[in-house]
Parts: sequence; C-alpha cells; structure tokens
Amino acid sequence: MSHGRDTAPKPFGVVAEFLDAESLLEATRKTREAGYRAIDAFSPVPVHGLTDAIGFDDSRLSWQVFGAGLTGALAGLGLQVWTSTAVYRHLVGGKPFISLPMFFPVLYECTILFSAGAATVLMFKLNGLPKPHHPVFNAKAMDRASSDRYILCVEAEDPNYDEEALTSFFHGMGAESVESVRTSEGY
Amino acid sequence: MAETPLNEKLVEGTWTERQVDERIADIILDPSRHTEAQIKVPKFLDKLLPAQAKSPWTMMVGIGFLLVNVLLVAITYLVLTGIGIWGNNQPTGWGFDIINFVWWIGIGHAGTLISAILLLLRQRWRNSINRFAEAMTIFAVMCAGMYPLLHTGRPWVAYWLMPYPNIMGLWPQFRSPLIWDVFAVSTYFTVSLLFWYVGMVPDFATLRDRAKPGFARIAFGLLSMGWRGSAKHWHRYEHASIILAGISTPLVLSVHSIVSFDFAMSIVPGWNATIFPPYFVAGAVFAGFAMVILLAIPVRKWYRLEELITMKHFDWMAKVMLATGLVVAYGYCMELFYMWYSGSPFETSLLRNRVGLASGPYSWSFWCLILFNIVAPFPLWFPKVRKNLTALFVISIAISIGMWFERFVIIPMSLTRDYLPSAFGYYTPTFWDFAMFFGTIGFFVFMMFLFVRFLPSINMFEIKELLHQEKHDSDHQPATAEAH
Repeated sequence: MSHGRDTAPKPFGVVAEFLDAESLLEATRKTREAGYRAIDAFSPVPVHGLTDAIGFDDSRLSWQVFGAGLTGALAGLGLQVWTSTAVYRHLVGGKPFISLPMFFPVLYECTILFSAGAATVLMFKLNGLPKPHHPVFNAKAMDRASSDRYILCVEAEDPNYDEEALTSFFHGMGAESVESVRTSEGY
Repeated sequence: MAETPLNEKLVEGTWTERQVDERIADIILDPSRHTEAQIKVPKFLDKLLPAQAKSPWTMMVGIGFLLVNVLLVAITYLVLTGIGIWGNNQPTGWGFDIINFVWWIGIGHAGTLISAILLLLRQRWRNSINRFAEAMTIFAVMCAGMYPLLHTGRPWVAYWLMPYPNIMGLWPQFRSPLIWDVFAVSTYFTVSLLFWYVGMVPDFATLRDRAKPGFARIAFGLLSMGWRGSAKHWHRYEHASIILAGISTPLVLSVHSIVSFDFAMSIVPGWNATIFPPYFVAGAVFAGFAMVILLAIPVRKWYRLEELITMKHFDWMAKVMLATGLVVAYGYCMELFYMWYSGSPFETSLLRNRVGLASGPYSWSFWCLILFNIVAPFPLWFPKVRKNLTALFVISIAISIGMWFERFVIIPMSLTRDYLPSAFGYYTPTFWDFAMFFGTIGFFVFMMFLFVRFLPSINMFEIKELLHQEKHDSDHQPATAEAH
C-alpha cells in the first residue's frame, strides 16, 4: 500500500577512490573536461589546484570577515565614545571626553575579536557544517578519506549523470575502487 | 645525554600518510602508548608501584594533580580571607600576582607566534610543533587570567570589568591601560581558542574515522562537526586559517604591548619607559620558546616523536631564543641608559638601587636576571650547544627563571622605591604567594598532559601536507640543491 511518498533510497552519486593527490587531480580535470559539473573531491590534506579543477570559487568568506572586522571597529569605538560622552560623562585628569589615542587599544581588540569570531563561524556556516552525517559517508572509500585516500564524486544532480558510464569512466582513469552511493536523506 | 646529530630534513625517514596517523592518533586511541616509556624510580618504590604508575604520563598528571589541589586550597583560602594573605602591602600593591600574570601571558605568546606568524611567513618547520605550542598558549593564558581576577579581591564580581548596562550606572574607564588589559587578554584567549579548535577540526575527522565504535568515535564525531575534507571545505578552511593567522599576528604583538602599558603608561620610576612594548614582546617570545623546548624534549622522547620533532626544530627554536634574547638584552641596556640619561634624581637613584649590590635591597635579583637571561643563553651561539638536548633543557630552565626575575625586578623593585623616601617599603612574598605560583605551574602541567592524552598533539594533516611538499620539492629540484 502506498502512502503517496517514495521512500526508496535514491542515487546520490558515483564515488571513485584514488591512492594519491596527483591521480585525483588528474582525474578531476578529466572529469570536468568530459562535461560533468556536479563534482566534489575529498582529500585528507588540502590539494593545491583541486578547487580550480572542480570549478569552484567562493571568496565570500573574506569579504564577510572584512565586514565583521569593520563592525567590530565601529562597535568598539562607538561603545567608548557613547559611554564617555553620554552615559558616563566624567572629566578624568582633564583629558578630553573623546580621547582617541586612548580609545585605540579597545577599538583594535574589538576589531580582532569580531573578525576571528566571524572567520570561524562563517567557515563552518558556508561549508554547511555541522552536519554529522552526509550521504557521501555511505561510500566505503570515505572511511579512509581523512587518512590516505583521495576521493572523487560526481553527484546525481549532474545533468549527464549515468551510473554505468561514470563507473567505466572512473575505472578507465585507474581508480582503485568505484561505487555507486545511495541516500535516504531528505525523507 | 649524548650529542644528537642535526638532521637536514623536517621529517625523518619515509612515511606513508597512514603511518603519520598511526603515530599521532594512536597516542589518543591506544592507551598502551602511555605506558611504553617507564620512569626509573628508587628500588623500594619499584616493587610497590604497578607498571602503569611508572609511566611518565601518570607521573606528570599525578604531580600536576597534586599541585592543582594546592592551587584550589590557595584560592579557597584567598577567597574566604582576602588578598591580605599575600605579601602585597603599601606601597607594593602589585606583587607575585602581577609578576606571575605577566610571566604566564608571555609564555603563551610563543604558541601564537609559531602558529600565526610562522604560518604567514610560510615556515614549514612550524608544522610539527604548532599544535603543541597553541595548547600551551591556551593553558598559559588560563593561568595568567587567574591572577588579575583573584587580585581584584572579589573575583565573584569580576564581570564588573566588562562593559554592560548595570543598575549602578557605571561604565569602565576606557582611558586606563588596565581596562585595555581586560579587552586584550579576553580577546587573546578567545581568538587563541578559536584558532586552536579550527586547526584541529580536520584531525578530529581523522580520529573519528580511526576510532572504534564507541565513546571516542562519538566524541570526535561531534568535535569534527562532520568534516568530510571536501575540496570546497578546504578552500574556505584555508581562507579562514590565513585570516585567523593574519589577525592573530597583530593581536599577539598588541597583547604584550598592552600588558607593558600597565607599567609604561604610569609615572613610577623604572616603569615609565618607551622601550617597554617592544622588549616585552621579545621577552614573551623568548620565554615562550623556552617553555616549548622544556615540554617538547620529554614529550618527544616518551611518545617516540623524534622523527617528527627533529633536531632541526630544536636548532631553529634555539636560534629564535638567541635572537629574542639579544633584543631583551638590548632592552635592559636601554632601560639603564634612559635612567641615567634622564637626569631625573628619581630615575638615577633607581639605577643605583638596581645595579649597586650594596645600595638596593633587591639588586641581587637584577644580577640574577642578567645571569639567567643574558649570560646563560650565550652558549646558544655555538651549534654544538643547539644540538645538545641536555644543554637546551638547562638553558630553557634558566630562561624561564630569568624571565620571572625580569618581572620581579620591574614590579617590586620600582614600587618599593618611588618618589618619597618616607613611602619606601619592602616586599616579602608569603607562603600563599608561592602556593598560588606552584599551583598554577601544576595546573599548566596537568592540562598539558591531559591535552597530550585526549587531543592530537601534532597536526596530522599539516604533517601530511609537509610530506607532500617535501616530495614535490625533491621531485622538481636537481638532486644537489638543498631541499627546503
């Protein structure tokens, strides 16, 4: 009896396992040249050139952290100017109410605090973390992706996605193992 | 200890990525790694103690734990009684509490230097010692933070230091270096903690994948946030790391400059010197590297990490100590020069007080400072000494003591002899001052060894990256060129 909803595992992608970073990089370039676009690669270390190979670029983090730093600077300065001119206006040793050189250290520390907090939070947020489970973890090869295996994945959302074609394509590039990953995520 | 040869490579021997994980991750996942090394104990104890108790880890944590209890007793008594139990008096309002605060903060600075400044300078040799040094930063700043909080006398209202709207209508006095300290130290602690944690996330994923199903896997799974090493992750991760390094670099310079402002912005003779910020920062790095060496020598031996933390690392750390030691020596000379050159009778009398063994009550401590900080590190000029771990260990102890004396010379010596002879005084630390001091040392050791037990003490993914880079270099360079 159907409940009107298909709960069978759906294909997530085809995962190929490589033994070193050079093979992964080479395979990724070829995969992209073959016309695939929904590519992701997993490695235990950052691999130079891999983001270019999967055709990914995102510099939002830098700009957003810059914005956060600016906010921190203004907040630090604002706090000091506001308290020493409005809510707690006291003449101390004949110094001006707005003593900018004296306000600099706190302004500076606030800038750094806001930037560091933003860099950390945004790194996780833009990466979609925390996410304890991800469909790609269903691949056996991912068990060693944090240690010494280099993984390439073409996801099912790719318009050219075809499990059989991809499997033989990956084997042709010397993949150590190739597996089709299914997911039940999203139900 | 015999002389150890200086190796040219940053990582000795040939390693696969799997072996790197095994050597480092198994320190956490395999408890037997902690009982491998055994400490020699007297014969009568040998039979009494089980093998586990003779492991260096148990011994260090045990000693640390005992001293943590001393610290807890000292703090409890202090909070119940008041800071009168310390030797602080009039005119010496700052004693051991501020000496130790500055000492600990300084020790922490090497961690940030290694992790941030050396990252920006693309120094690959930082990779095997950075995690360790960052942990040291966190715990040293914790030790440091205790002192000013307790020194306020009423630590339960320490939140008054922070700006927040309150019913008393009070706000901090932002023109005071003491409030800058609050911002600098709390920012420093937060940023160091974030940097440390972000740096460990990929390693937590490795540990998650290596751990057998059970508590460790769940704990590391949570800590790793589900890190999967995607190229997209790494892309943003590297952006975030370089930003964190970029902002930690000016941060570390600012923190100790601000700590030195506590003194330099005042009008006390011996404190009011413009040389303070740069020489405080150099002194911090000097003391911090000494502490890294003190901890790295035993840990590397006990956990078989000789191939990862090589003699080259020690050689370079010793060189950094030598360089910063010279900056510090220059600072001392300039301090004395300015006292004499100022022509101010208060400054020149302080100069006599400091240098003349017969004319000042604490001048012995100034000469201790010179002995430990300038004379003792002198042998570091010789490559043979930099290759000798015993010598390095002894010199590092000397520097740690010397840097403590530096703060002792600056604080009580100046406070007990300022302007009015009628206000001259004398400072004697009490039992509770020493209990707090050794208590924080115990806390530091205790936390460091818990860290070695439960968190990855060497950055695994960066070591692998280093292996890739070294391989890349040797592939692309003629065999005669020196690999760097």
